[in-house]
Amino acid sequence: MAFSIKGIKVPHRKNTAGTEVKRMVIENTVTLPMVMHIGAPAVPVIKAGDEVSIGTLVAKAGDGISSPIYSSVSGNVVGISDVVISNGRKVPAIKIDSDGKNTVDENIAAPVITDKATLINAIKDSGVVGLGGAGFPTYVKFNTDKAIDYLIVNCAECEPYITSDTYTMLERADEMAYAIDVILKYIDVKKVIIGIEKNKRTAIAKMKELASKNSKISVKVLPSVYPTGGEKVLVYRTTGRVIKEGKLPADVGCIVCNCTTLATLGNYFKTGMPLVEKCVTVDGSAIQNPQNVIVPIGIAIKDVFEFTGGFKSEVGKVIYGGPMMGISVPSMDEPVLKQTNALLALNEKDSKQGEETACIQCGTCVRNCPFGINVIELARSYEKGEYDKLEKYGLGICMECGCCAYNCPANRPLVQLHKLAKISLREWKEKEGNA
Amino acid sequence: MENKLHLSVSPHIHRKRTTTGIMLDVIIALLPTTIAGVLIFGLRALAVIGVCVGTSVLSEVLFNLIIKKKQTVKDLSCIVTGLLLALNLPANAPLWQCAVGSVFAIIVVKCLFGGIGKNVVNPAITARVFMLVAFTSLATPAFPVDSTAGATPLVSETAPELTDLLLGKVGGAIGEVCSVALLIGGVYLLIRKVISWHIPVAFIGTVFIFSFLVKDFSLSAALVQVLSGGLLIGAIFMATDYTTSPETSLGKIVFGVGAGLITALIRFWGVYPEGVSFGILLMNILNPYICSLTARKLFGGGKKK
Repeated sequence: MAFSIKGIKVPHRKNTAGTEVKRMVIENTVTLPMVMHIGAPAVPVIKAGDEVSIGTLVAKAGDGISSPIYSSVSGNVVGISDVVISNGRKVPAIKIDSDGKNTVDENIAAPVITDKATLINAIKDSGVVGLGGAGFPTYVKFNTDKAIDYLIVNCAECEPYITSDTYTMLERADEMAYAIDVILKYIDVKKVIIGIEKNKRTAIAKMKELASKNSKISVKVLPSVYPTGGEKVLVYRTTGRVIKEGKLPADVGCIVCNCTTLATLGNYFKTGMPLVEKCVTVDGSAIQNPQNVIVPIGIAIKDVFEFTGGFKSEVGKVIYGGPMMGISVPSMDEPVLKQTNALLALNEKDSKQGEETACIQCGTCVRNCPFGINVIELARSYEKGEYDKLEKYGLGICMECGCCAYNCPANRPLVQLHKLAKISLREWKEKEGNA
Repeated sequence: MENKLHLSVSPHIHRKRTTTGIMLDVIIALLPTTIAGVLIFGLRALAVIGVCVGTSVLSEVLFNLIIKKKQTVKDLSCIVTGLLLALNLPANAPLWQCAVGSVFAIIVVKCLFGGIGKNVVNPAITARVFMLVAFTSLATPAFPVDSTAGATPLVSETAPELTDLLLGKVGGAIGEVCSVALLIGGVYLLIRKVISWHIPVAFIGTVFIFSFLVKDFSLSAALVQVLSGGLLIGAIFMATDYTTSPETSLGKIVFGVGAGLITALIRFWGVYPEGVSFGILLMNILNPYICSLTARKLFGGGKKK
């Protein structure tokens, strides 16, 4: 029986769609944390005092799943010191003082790709990770022995405010097409589906133009319902295939790749320039001039805000990414990361959370959950410490999209509760030997 | 400026709807019925409403004071309970009985079970059933001040006029007689998305179809059953209580059909003339089972054991 994936209507607030994009030229210091991806930290290959240019390798990929890091400015390495990243972990970071000249590394050259193995290596060397926000190293997705029927390009951009993927679709379609061509040449993919929400009309036209040049590519217009861009949701809406709990898109013959990820790969295949800059959406109720701006990775958030014209009111909260799944940052000294697609600054009023009251069992959380998780029973089991029931009610398939918490009239922090429940379940399993 | 930023887990935006806002919507939806009740039954009805609402609020405040719990009056739910109980009582109900009923609703049915969201059965319905059993005088309800009628529609020998049922020119509880006012309130709750159509339509539809079959396929007789007694106020305002009804659409339909069947059975063959309260109360008790039987399927079927 077909599953009806639910979702919610969120305000779109795409104020910056299709607006002019400025490139930030800087003379500041950049900070490159060794963890800007899911997996093992990158390993520094430079030392204090070294001279680097844009595109110079400063940290190689660590063992296992990892990703290399390249300098986003030209200048001198200040040193390597620990920084606290937004999840509270301490990681080493390379600090580089920009000389303001923005010289490009002269050794940069397009990679030589002759087969699947060299393609995977090139993707790894590009430093590209899931740029939609997840930060999962992209090469891992392509490095599969499973038969792949569909390459799904994630252009949903279902989070409010963010339009940096729209910028990619409008301005970098050629790079996307180039990447698709190279991938199709070496990986046996039957079809490429570009999945895009229907509220982006000009971008849809642009993508249809791209698709018209290759019979393998098609555009699928999706409903503007949050969270259409969620990986499992997107795969289901574009192919009808269901990714079961604990499985990956490759298990159902799919690779999902964000459009900016793809465009960045295209640029790397063509020129050899790795991931060193990002287009980020700067918006939110405290922002003076909402806009998209291209910034070097590693630049401090406060420098980006200053460049875009600062604030119109006192800032209460700053978020990496969108308001539904983004991460609030403790300080504006934090750098822009590889996977940062938006920087939102909310005013004091919008930053406060409503007072939590008792659950009235209205059930909006249950009805709106994309995956049918029994949020009420799950929360009850967690609070009672009945960890054995958490999976039965669907904790394992929770993607923390926030549809439940967004609608909760009692203002319950349900996503936080689910995150805590996942930790408790893991600890309980270890203790009970129930893994 | 730095280091003074708020930190929290996502989502960082929230739909502007709170429990208080929902309760306020229910009170607004009950206003037409309340006003109609006072106009039809006179100031005595206002006294009943005043005593029920006042006692309910006071009971909750005192209970929370005694057990040193944070005050919860702000959510307005105790006002809704008091108002609903009053609207389910006849205008000639002794005021001390109204007060006892309200204390029962708030303290016994709601607060002792843990307060809002934790009660197993609907406080107003349960208090009404309690009063019906405890105070026999309540079985003979009041009549409109300008009426000479002798029996409520459900026990009357002659069928009432449909227009009288719509406008409330019949005997009954304060808030159950004016069908038009109740329907206006129902439409308001639907527009505001406080309730969905499932429970009221399943509940009222079941009573209608059942009556249609029992009353020899008479449409007008079936309509009289729908518009008489406490069916509308029960189906629109009381069976839809979040805490004591299922979350899913399928569950709501099962709940509504069940309540409708019990109501009809009691009306036609029970010892009481009215069965709405019992219908809702029994389905409240079955609610946890309906919830688990009608729970949504998990995407991908959940974890394979």
